[in-house]
Amino acid sequence: MNNVLQIVWLIPVLPLIGFLINGLGRKNLSKTFSGFIGSGVILVSFILSCWVFIQVKNGNTHVAHYYDFINTLSLKIGMDFQIDQLSSLFLLIITGVGFLIHVYSTSYMHDEEPKDFAKYFAYLNLFIFSMLLLVMGGNFIIMFIGWEGVGLCSYLLIGFWFKNNNYNDAAKKAFIMNRIGDLGFLLAVFWLIAKTNTTDFHQIFSLVADTQKNPLSTFDITGITLLLFVGATGKSAQIPLYTWLPDAMAGPTPVSALIHAATMVTAGIYMIARSNILFSMAPFTQSVIAVIGLATAILAATIALKQNDIKKVLAYSTVSQLGYMFLGLGVGAYTGAVFHVMTHAFFKALLFLGAGSVIHAMGGEQDMRNMGGLKKYMSITHITFLLGCLAIAGMPPFSGFFSKDEILGEAFKQNPLYWGIAVIGALMTAFYMFRLYAMTFLGKFRGTHEQEHHLHESPAAITFPLIVLAILAVVGGWVGIPEIFMHGGHRLEAFLEPVFAPSNDIVAKHHLEHSTEYMLMGISVGGALIALIYAWSKFSKYEKTTAEETGIGKILSNKWYVDELYDAVIVKPRQSVAAFLNNVVEKKGIDGFVNGIGKGVNYSSRQIRLLQSGQVGNYVLLMVIGILVLFIIQFFL
Amino acid sequence: MPVNYYIFLSVALFCIGVVGVLTRRNAIIVFMCVELMLNAANLLLVAFSKMHHLALGLNFPNLASEAQIFVFFIMVVAAAEVSVGLAIIVMIYRNTHSIDVNFLNRLKH
Repeated sequence: MNNVLQIVWLIPVLPLIGFLINGLGRKNLSKTFSGFIGSGVILVSFILSCWVFIQVKNGNTHVAHYYDFINTLSLKIGMDFQIDQLSSLFLLIITGVGFLIHVYSTSYMHDEEPKDFAKYFAYLNLFIFSMLLLVMGGNFIIMFIGWEGVGLCSYLLIGFWFKNNNYNDAAKKAFIMNRIGDLGFLLAVFWLIAKTNTTDFHQIFSLVADTQKNPLSTFDITGITLLLFVGATGKSAQIPLYTWLPDAMAGPTPVSALIHAATMVTAGIYMIARSNILFSMAPFTQSVIAVIGLATAILAATIALKQNDIKKVLAYSTVSQLGYMFLGLGVGAYTGAVFHVMTHAFFKALLFLGAGSVIHAMGGEQDMRNMGGLKKYMSITHITFLLGCLAIAGMPPFSGFFSKDEILGEAFKQNPLYWGIAVIGALMTAFYMFRLYAMTFLGKFRGTHEQEHHLHESPAAITFPLIVLAILAVVGGWVGIPEIFMHGGHRLEAFLEPVFAPSNDIVAKHHLEHSTEYMLMGISVGGALIALIYAWSKFSKYEKTTAEETGIGKILSNKWYVDELYDAVIVKPRQSVAAFLNNVVEKKGIDGFVNGIGKGVNYSSRQIRLLQSGQVGNYVLLMVIGILVLFIIQFFL
Repeated sequence: MPVNYYIFLSVALFCIGVVGVLTRRNAIIVFMCVELMLNAANLLLVAFSKMHHLALGLNFPNLASEAQIFVFFIMVVAAAEVSVGLAIIVMIYRNTHSIDVNFLNRLKH
């Protein structure tokens, strides 16, 4: 109880306070003040997170219990925050990248009304709060609260410009897709409660790791992990639930950077890494994860090759990179996956923010065919963007190289085929990123004269986060230098060791020959370099054409028609069922029944009314007949 | 005299009353027929009372005379009712210059 980490509740509560101030006072606050509050609370959280990280690094981990969230005789769920290596790392990423994006937003969103500006920061703060709850939760229920909270904030922020109906549709799509995944998550939690009577991470994982007392059969574990993975596919945009993420680009660009690249979409990876022991005990689930991750990585990469919207390319690239993370989780490379989450947060946030800076300069233009030659107008954006591209393409010594290489290496150990496909995906990554880079920054300007006149470097509030993130994107990988380059160089693995230790005991580790490892690295880096140079040379001389795409290009630019497929297979049949229920069952059946009763009563009373003729004789006659009938009933029946 | 004759007589009176009420249109005759039915019932009461009295003997004079006293009550009430009824008929005649009951088929106007 006396642990200094007991005060970690401050970290999520600060953004909550920021949310309340900005949310409640949005009508009265000036832009400067709400931006200051919004960013300030995150900065304080970030400083606290740094302190927590140092504490954890010194070996102080803690589960802070505040009060019983649910307390019944058989089930006790506490308001617990778990601070260990994994969550403290995520705290740093969320608050750090989050702070930079808040700063960026103060400038990017400056054209909004003060009311909307404060609302935007309120949502962002609420998002950070939920995300912190998600990673700090000490049991599945607290995690689920955050899990739902980030889904809500994602919905609110995608639909931030709610006057455009397409954006609302995108927001709804994201929310509904997430809900499908959430159902899987919830079912898994119920299953766990039914079998183990607890949702607490520590208790479950120590129960499961103990072969004597393990209450879960192999079937249970496989089922639970598959359901958890369904939750992860929703939140982290994997096949088959990935289609919401590209549409989510309807939101403001900093939102895409924060939620749909750096933090929220990594929630699924965090959850699986957190429950690594369960997944390690379910080899079947692991294969499913690896295959789905790989398929997503490839599918999204192929789509990204042909997109022309700068944010759509980055969105598909995010889906693809998330696929790599799942591949890492699937082959048991939990450290690699978390490492890639971290480096990806740096370079993808950087790329999104860079794209935002470009869009800002272009006056809202997102089509790369109308850009080009921005290099000479926006030098800081250009250089930072180039660094980000090099990082995501996996060029040494940038951060993406180390994390991607670790996942690829682990995949090779599991199955060389995984590695082969993943490398093809990596080549495509290099290609489409440099296609994007070349189309945007190289060549000559293809937009209108008016746009050309307006081109300018963005203000400091935008370039400062870019510079910080660019530095991180370059050096961020150096915490995980592979063993073959530097003995003890993988400091991240050593740091995360306690979290993944139980899994590492179960999964046998193979070691590759050093020569093999060099060769694998050489192939992936060399291939990526060739793809990079090819894209550079091809698209730096890009000319706008009106020619329609044909063949495979058409399929790719239409995203493999997956949206159309879902539309035809799921949406349309459901709509026709709904139309049938509406037109036939509701209108003819239920309404017909109710209205029929009304009409029947009305009609029969009209007829019966005629009996009341006003003729006394009739009444008496009826009375006599009635009495006679009663007599007959009395005596003869 | 056996009680059957009284019963047949009162049934006959009652049926005449019913048929009269059903078929006649003159309010006064309808009214008289109603009285006829009432008195058929009275006759029956008295007849049964007498029958009862003979059957029980003279040991229970109070018991046997109850129905006859009841008949007096009925006659008193009937007299009161007749006065009200006749008054109504008089008023109807004053308003409509007719005492045809079929003419009185609405309460308004």
